[in-house]
Amino acid sequence: MSTAPANRAPVARLTGIGLRYGAVRALTGVDLELPAGQLLGLIGPDGVGKSSLLALIAGARAVQTGRIEVLGGDMADARHRRRVCPRIAYMPQGLGKNLYPTLSIFENLDFFGSLFGHGRAARAARIRELTAATGLAPFIDRPAGKLSGGMKQKLGLCCALIHDPDLLILDEPTTGVDPLSRRQFWELIAGIRAARPGMSVLVATAYMEEAARFDWLVAMDAGAVLATGTPQALLERTASDSLEEAFIALLPETRRRGHQAVVIPPRPGDGDVAIEAQDLSMKFGDFVAVDQVSFRIQRGEIFGFIGSNGCGKTTTMKMLTGLLPPSAGQARLFGQTVDPRDLDTRRRVGYMSQAFSLYTELTVRQNLALHARLFALPEASIPGRVREMAERFDLAGVMDTLPNALPLGVRQRLSLAVALIHGPELLILDEPTSGVDPIARDGFWRALVELSRRDGVTIFISTHFMNEAERCDRIALMHAGRVLATAAPAALVAERGADTLENAFVGYLEAAAGAAETAGPAAPPLLAAGTARRGKSAGIQRWLNPRRLLSYSRRETLELTRDPIRLTLALLGSLILMLVMGYGITLDVEDLTFAVLDRDQTTASRDYALNLSGSRYFAERPPIRDYAELDRRMRAGELGLAVEIPPGFGRDVARGRPVAIAAWIDGAMPTRAETIQGYVQGIHAQWLATRMAQSPTGAAAEPMRIEVRFRYNPDVKSLVAMVPAMLPLLLMLIPAMLAALAVVREKELGSIVNLYVTPVSRLEFLLGKQLPYVALAMINFALLWLLAVTLFRVPMTGSLPTLAFAALLYVTAATAVGLLISTFVRSQIAAIFGTAVLSIQPTVQFSGMIDPVSSLVGPGALIGRIYPATHFLTITRGTFSKALGLADLYPSFVPLLLAIPLLIGLGVLLTRKQER
Amino acid sequence: MRTNNILNLGIKELRSLARDPVMLVLIVYAFTFWTYTAATVMPETLNRAPIAIVDEDGSPLSTRIIGAFYPPHFLPPALISQPQMDAGMDAGNYVFALDIPPDFQRDMLAGRSPVIQLNVDATRMSQAFAGSGYVQTMVSAEVAEFLAHHRADPRPTVALELRARFNPELNKSWFGGVMEVINNITMLSIVLTGAALIREREHGTVEHLLVMPVTPFEIMSAKVWAMALVVLLAATFALTVVVQGWLGVPIEGSIVLFLAGAALHLFATTSMGILLGTIARSMPQFGLLMILVLLPLQLLSGGVTPRESMPELVQIAMLAAPTTQFVMLAQAILYRGAGLSVVWPQLVAIAVIGTTLFSLALLRFRRTIATMA
Repeated sequence: MSTAPANRAPVARLTGIGLRYGAVRALTGVDLELPAGQLLGLIGPDGVGKSSLLALIAGARAVQTGRIEVLGGDMADARHRRRVCPRIAYMPQGLGKNLYPTLSIFENLDFFGSLFGHGRAARAARIRELTAATGLAPFIDRPAGKLSGGMKQKLGLCCALIHDPDLLILDEPTTGVDPLSRRQFWELIAGIRAARPGMSVLVATAYMEEAARFDWLVAMDAGAVLATGTPQALLERTASDSLEEAFIALLPETRRRGHQAVVIPPRPGDGDVAIEAQDLSMKFGDFVAVDQVSFRIQRGEIFGFIGSNGCGKTTTMKMLTGLLPPSAGQARLFGQTVDPRDLDTRRRVGYMSQAFSLYTELTVRQNLALHARLFALPEASIPGRVREMAERFDLAGVMDTLPNALPLGVRQRLSLAVALIHGPELLILDEPTSGVDPIARDGFWRALVELSRRDGVTIFISTHFMNEAERCDRIALMHAGRVLATAAPAALVAERGADTLENAFVGYLEAAAGAAETAGPAAPPLLAAGTARRGKSAGIQRWLNPRRLLSYSRRETLELTRDPIRLTLALLGSLILMLVMGYGITLDVEDLTFAVLDRDQTTASRDYALNLSGSRYFAERPPIRDYAELDRRMRAGELGLAVEIPPGFGRDVARGRPVAIAAWIDGAMPTRAETIQGYVQGIHAQWLATRMAQSPTGAAAEPMRIEVRFRYNPDVKSLVAMVPAMLPLLLMLIPAMLAALAVVREKELGSIVNLYVTPVSRLEFLLGKQLPYVALAMINFALLWLLAVTLFRVPMTGSLPTLAFAALLYVTAATAVGLLISTFVRSQIAAIFGTAVLSIQPTVQFSGMIDPVSSLVGPGALIGRIYPATHFLTITRGTFSKALGLADLYPSFVPLLLAIPLLIGLGVLLTRKQER
Repeated sequence: MRTNNILNLGIKELRSLARDPVMLVLIVYAFTFWTYTAATVMPETLNRAPIAIVDEDGSPLSTRIIGAFYPPHFLPPALISQPQMDAGMDAGNYVFALDIPPDFQRDMLAGRSPVIQLNVDATRMSQAFAGSGYVQTMVSAEVAEFLAHHRADPRPTVALELRARFNPELNKSWFGGVMEVINNITMLSIVLTGAALIREREHGTVEHLLVMPVTPFEIMSAKVWAMALVVLLAATFALTVVVQGWLGVPIEGSIVLFLAGAALHLFATTSMGILLGTIARSMPQFGLLMILVLLPLQLLSGGVTPRESMPELVQIAMLAAPTTQFVMLAQAILYRGAGLSVVWPQLVAIAVIGTTLFSLALLRFRRTIATMA
């Protein structure tokens, strides 16, 4: 192992580092000393533990085993982490993963700046400097999500540099970025390093060409360190010409076995044209994704498509497969225009899309068989064909395994086998080797060469690996929707007079872009302004800093206003639910259908029926003639009530003989039946009383009377009773859900890492997230109140200020409940259903909405007494219906006031400042 | 169109579902325990209702009235003074407060027809209306029995013999159990198809399918039949084993006819699931959309409260919802034993709604795929 220049203390020292995710071992026994003030590279294919190691050094992930010292302190110590976090900048993997896609460049930078405690003026000046230095200034108002890969990476770098770190950690900063942007990126880094020689830069990369220019390298494989040293030392040690070869040579013997270099035999003569694109264009709204692309690919050719992410490669390929109809121009396959409805052309084409897009729930065998069937291979030939593909692509041993359990290289071979199952003449492969290690990539290419040269299959492949591009018969260089050049790789290099294909590509890009987008290296002001600012921001290590808190609030609000579905739910969700519930759960039933089977047909019997139809509760239907009809109409659900008046009813009543009227109620819906029962009994009693008063004999005086006073709601209207009870439910459900989503979204999308690596405290994070939702919930409260008093005509008898104050306390508690829930769910979908269940259940059952809390027993009674909804319900009912004010209701405010600090405190305790 | 493709893709859907433990647990739980609990916890109208009595009489009769209220319908009465009554009702501690005036017993025996005041907290709708009738009946009964020792008073009456058909004891679990099965059919079919489509989009497998000789119609039909089949089987189990067996609810009509209706309904709801899946861009958006769509569909379908209680406009608009038609059909068949001659209009309506939803979904499906790049 070669040693680092020992002029300074190492920037980081790792001893015996191990890390596992569940049963998977990500890192084992890593011992490293990283020299300070250098450009350090971490090299190795995807999934070897590079990212885990960087996250550990950055303090974003908690140390499991071993010890990490960074900038002179133990990273397991929270106090040290808090102290050094303003000196470390961490840019996680994935294009712009810690950025906020709906926010503009300026808004993103402004957010990070305020997290590090910079004032408004200082932030604006700093943002000007950084964007000018990186060439982002002309695009400062463009949302981060709409930037090209290269620009995203520059923005990520700006965000990392905003606080002048001493240790800059970059995790695959240039993956998927075009060569020119990549080159500019490294020039930028070189400029910054020249201005601040003390800064250490630690970079993970999969591009070996890049790594060759670093000061010092760590080669990793399978969670362990293979070797360390300068690039030169590694080449010498392995006697290799390139780092890629050196890396393969460093791998253990078992991994290297079976590896051979890819040899491409020359292609025999020209064939006819397999693919032809003519002025192919694609527009999405104003955005031109593909701009007049033309090329021809001959049968049996390997044709490469080279370019950065988002340059239009995938869109062009989709147009050629018929997935996307082009906006203009023509695509032809085998001489025929591509027609999305023509299923026969599809049988001649095999397609492998960018991401692994096989069914992960089906085994390897099932995937192969399904695709064979969908391509309508004769059923009898399918097992043979599946076996053939399995042998050819070395899948025989894993036929009954699920794809997710396979290494990436094997999954890639499976994808290829699936794309070839029907023996297509043309293969379209969209970045098939992204993220695959060099050995597996070479294996994949040997299969492609064999297909092209032996079977005459035309291959159209896109890639951003230059050494793969060099293997193609011809390549097209693509940038910003346009093809810059098409020729054999060697011809392109010769034409630009460059030494490598990469340099040739950069030459074409520079020629195309002109001087407009090219920016020089970082300007010196970066340094001068930096040191001063550090001194200022060091003093703000408090646990509650209003600026950091409000910067989270501001960002959350901006994001919310740019997400239509969430915004609709936030503003109108409660209103819609209130309307639905108001109309859906009311118990005031009117116009119930009834019909009479009148077997008496006298004045008295008609009088009885009239008594029913005269009531506003009942609507009369044509009379019933016999029992059969009664049965039929009740079964059909036409009648809610059927009344039979017996023969001789009028006569018997007149003579004072006992007589019985029979009535049948439709009992299918018991609540409705109970209501009908109540109405009929009431009307019957009224009819009796009227008759008695009219009877000549006169009625005996009642022994006593019961006077019923329906208090607070004299007309006994459902809505008047229910609307105040709905407020606690509605102001809990949606505010809690949105607050929970706000936090869990960051976990799922990856921007939570900003909580881990910036000085923001957990309390600031949670309160900052909560604030906008409290404001939204208060808007909701105002809307609900308006709806209640206008459309639903619920009288407001008590004090509105009292109600509004209670609502403010309540929604603060409700959003705090959401934040608390967010601490133990991981996915957004779980947050949605989790909050729904956890907020509806106790609110409906234990808060006194249905049964008063005083009726509850056991744990329900305890929950009922401490749950905020209970107390808010007392206040809503008191202020709406009972004409009460603060003086009467203050006992219910105390529990609400206590609940808020308690819930938020619990949320802070359970929120993690590091990933585990 | 090839039926073979629809069959093969459908089998793929079933295999995918078989490997999704969360969805499987949800299906099993929804159609067993969830259905059982929903049926049995339907609240009784009067359950330990809190009542207070202001006894200003202190006579044997008033004591007798106080003794008439006990659990499970009522909590033991709280004996309080008049000022306490107002405060207690304001605080929501009592739903009922009975005020027995001074000299109540003496006045009554003297034929002076005294007045008992019953205060009801009418903000508690579910208890106020039915409960006040119940309290009145109980007080009257106590008074009548007390009086029976003092005088006999035969009075002729016109009796009203009320009977409830289809559910003679108005047992709420009969209603709750079946309705829960119906609600679960709707919810699960939407969740399963919508989630399956979004998962395919997130994994990029939809576009993979579309470059093969498979049409959007075939992809959609496959999802519809596979998910509908799963839900239908689960619903059959729930209806026969959980509702008829475990809960002991008698079912009057033909279960076969009901399942045929359910199959048609599933065609409509699975299509709706696909439609929502094309509108939502991700699982979380799908979840939020579900809340805004599913709640109105279920609450306003007539499966929770009677349709008669809704404003006319809502009633008419909700006829376009598959759930409303299906609830009408299910209630007719399962409770009232109605046959095809009665429910055919609902069957036709569901078929029309289903075809419309399916066509809409197909249209959007094609379009969203085109703009996915």
